[in-house]
Amino acid sequence: MGNTNEMSMEFDSRSCNEGFARVAVAAFITQLNPTLEEVSDVKTAVSEAITNAIIHAYDKEVKKIRIDCKVVEHEMYVTVTDYGKGIENVEKAMEPFFTTKPEEDRSGMGFAFMEAFMDEVVVISELGKGCAVHMKKKVGVGTSPFM
Amino acid sequence: MDYRIQEDYLYVFLPTELDHHSTESIRRECDELLYDNEILHIVFDFGETSFMDSSGIGVLMGRYRMISKLGGDVTAIHVNDRVYKILNLAGLHKVMEISQEKIWNKRM
Repeated sequence: MGNTNEMSMEFDSRSCNEGFARVAVAAFITQLNPTLEEVSDVKTAVSEAITNAIIHAYDKEVKKIRIDCKVVEHEMYVTVTDYGKGIENVEKAMEPFFTTKPEEDRSGMGFAFMEAFMDEVVVISELGKGCAVHMKKKVGVGTSPFM
Repeated sequence: MDYRIQEDYLYVFLPTELDHHSTESIRRECDELLYDNEILHIVFDFGETSFMDSSGIGVLMGRYRMISKLGGDVTAIHVNDRVYKILNLAGLHKVMEISQEKIWNKRM
């Protein structure tokens, strides 16, 4: 696998880090020559995953969130991992408008947005251990003027 | 939070990035203003907003639920293409007017 490039980072689950983290991922994938729309898609999806970790996994306690990002050819992979309480029923959690925190004005659209803006979303979670959201997207495919 | 009250209109000027971090205080301040003033119309001005995620949807839906009980309404203005797409994806165009017009009620 010659044409791969990887990046990992870990940061505190503070809401002030949300902006920094999604921009870091967006900056990393610029090497794939993405369109503005693709950059926005990735930023939104990453933001949703991080917000979930802060609000739901850690219930606003300050712990660590990890992001692993990889680009291979024209595909980008990003995994957002937390070590929080885990999701009891992943299928239910991924239903649009389902939320466990309606009193905090959560829309229940987090996973729906991740699925809308990325090509693939896989959520793996174990109760009490945490959660990993794996996402994949083809990026920068139509951008070469010589294609 | 930047806002302006004119009669029963509350104009909220949203920040560049509307995420979980920025919506926490907007939600709180907005609700205080609704409590202290006789507001029937909330206008969210997205003129400066280039990023929004589902946290923004939550704020709009929450305010819509509150104000519609009083017979009021919510409007989103100066919405760029990206934000428009996200609002539509969440179905907000069914319950509120969304305007992309750049000069409508220009900020004073």
